[in-house]
Amino acid sequence: MEDWKRSRALFAAVATAPLTWLTLFFIVPMGVIWLYSFGTNAGLTEIEISGTLANYKKALEPLYLGIFAKSLVVAGITTAICLVVGFPVALAIVFASDKWKPWLLLGIMLPFWTNLLIRTYALMAVLRTEGYANQTIGWLHDRFGSLLTLVGLPAPGAYEPLHLLYNNFAVVLGLVYVHLPFMVLPLYAALDRLDRSLIEASLDLGAGHLRTLLLIVAPLAAPGIISGIIITFVPALGAYLTPDLLGGTDSQMIANVIERQFKRANNWPFGAALSFLLMYATFIAIAIQALKAKQAEKRG
Amino acid sequence: MTNLANQRGMKLGRRSLLQALGVAAVGISFGGLAACSKGGDGKIGSTGEEPKLNFYNWDTYIGETTLADFKGASGIDVNMSLFATNDELFAKLRAGNPGFDVIVPSNDFVERMIQSDLIVPLEHDLIPNMKNIDPTFIDVAYDPGRKYSMPYTWLTLGIGYRKSKVKARPDSWKVLFDSDEYKGRIALLSEAGDVIRLAAKYLGKSVNGLTEADIKQVEAMLIKQKPNIKAFHEDNGQDLLLSGEVDLVLEYNGDIAQIMTEDDDIDFVLPKEGSQLNSDTLCIPKGAPRPKNAHAFINYLLDAEVGKKITETILYPTPNASAKALMPDSYKNNPVIFPPADLLAKCEYAAYNEKLQPLYEDAFTRIRAA
Repeated sequence: MEDWKRSRALFAAVATAPLTWLTLFFIVPMGVIWLYSFGTNAGLTEIEISGTLANYKKALEPLYLGIFAKSLVVAGITTAICLVVGFPVALAIVFASDKWKPWLLLGIMLPFWTNLLIRTYALMAVLRTEGYANQTIGWLHDRFGSLLTLVGLPAPGAYEPLHLLYNNFAVVLGLVYVHLPFMVLPLYAALDRLDRSLIEASLDLGAGHLRTLLLIVAPLAAPGIISGIIITFVPALGAYLTPDLLGGTDSQMIANVIERQFKRANNWPFGAALSFLLMYATFIAIAIQALKAKQAEKRG
Repeated sequence: MTNLANQRGMKLGRRSLLQALGVAAVGISFGGLAACSKGGDGKIGSTGEEPKLNFYNWDTYIGETTLADFKGASGIDVNMSLFATNDELFAKLRAGNPGFDVIVPSNDFVERMIQSDLIVPLEHDLIPNMKNIDPTFIDVAYDPGRKYSMPYTWLTLGIGYRKSKVKARPDSWKVLFDSDEYKGRIALLSEAGDVIRLAAKYLGKSVNGLTEADIKQVEAMLIKQKPNIKAFHEDNGQDLLLSGEVDLVLEYNGDIAQIMTEDDDIDFVLPKEGSQLNSDTLCIPKGAPRPKNAHAFINYLLDAEVGKKITETILYPTPNASAKALMPDSYKNNPVIFPPADLLAKCEYAAYNEKLQPLYEDAFTRIRAA
């Protein structure tokens, strides 16, 4: 590991291109947007950087804080469900035979090959009132509803379609559907490196499967779990297409508000302030996480 | 304002699809322009300019053979790029015209672009086909005398509904904005300005005379109405109606006319309080590299036969009287595409209002968060 540090020229040559790219196309534009967040609209197309804090003040009004809070809750629930669903899936892939492993991984990654919009529209076709989900449940209902009378229950009435679309449930479902691979892949990477003899030892020493999972596997996979949580939570927090298409009248998330500020409202300074608040919040969360991890390391 | 021609498969509107596939759209336009600017071999066309033209248009918003026919007639090669929202068009031109000769902004953006000096006045001598335009479309509030823009299509917002699911013809905005009669079966357009202006129209106000107090009043009414609304749709209201998801939707007449050909149980009504008119127009952006070609192209699109062919494909209401005269009765006399004149007289174009637009958005955010 010492070699590349000594050959500085080579290092510089390799790093220049990506660093230039990052500076030109990420840091500079972000800097401009950051400056906008301290500006005011001075006309239809001009923004005057006046150093005002009015945009941040407005962004911290209860209305927008409420929407921030709601977005955090939705993203949090999404992440939690992804973790609970993704963990067994990752575990199953790890313990699958070598012949099956690549196919299972492919199955996880396959949705990435389809555009997010197409996947969301497909989900709409499943969830709508006369969609496939309701058709299936309705069919089961009509077919097997009469069986209830056999066990002494009253026969059910006509099937009432469930309202699956255009509510917060649909938003969370859509976000889980889209973000599940982001959770499964880091979990798989962490679990795959796991020393299996530790699991065997735990089982041999009398711990049950659940106990082994919680006390041995989960702590060892902690880095994977944490990166899975971050990599799922951050994009879920910034989601706007899913709440737009699947959400009901009260499903707006902070990214929808930001989008409208940049587009319809033509209020870039305020949109920029909202975006940066979202970013600060994310940074702080990650920083706290990193600090905690460091403390844990010291203690350990 | 979804296209009418796209009758097969999933009905994604010209706006909704490209909007979300924005990256692809940017790719198309950049790629297109690059290819175009390289191709110049110094030839001079009939207008005294290089025989090329960059046309920035909505998706599926032109006749099937229009561009090829224009090339046959004038020798000018049209390179068409697509945009999905007016905001996208505005954002692209705001930073300087990247080489477009003709663009198709909607009426409120025509005003916005005039105010921000992004489009240039048209030379009417070069557009003799202006005579084909219905005179009622010449002196419009957003561009009096048509100095900057030529009308390409127009539309109006109204209520699309399922006939078997309503008790009476819903001929008032009341059913959408101020009544629990159709609780949970209503979808409104997710456009802050349109929804608030139309709700104000229901309250008897002009869409262009709103004050902050009016917006407050509308906000309170819509917050009260919110439990009765099922969804704010992304201009795909016709899909929601067709799939039985809702029974009443705030949509453009053209979009509802499209699904009426598929489902007899659907109809459209322009509410008695009047509504809001929209129009997509042909304009020349500032810094257009080939203004002569641009004028020739706009003139060509306003030709009666050409206009007829375009209308046959896109099926939008046309402001071109000569083209309309050539269309079959099923189009000309369709009360959905061409609502009765007495109702249209109560409709207004919504002016772009720099001060009010952020207030509409704020109110809409509060309505959705309530």
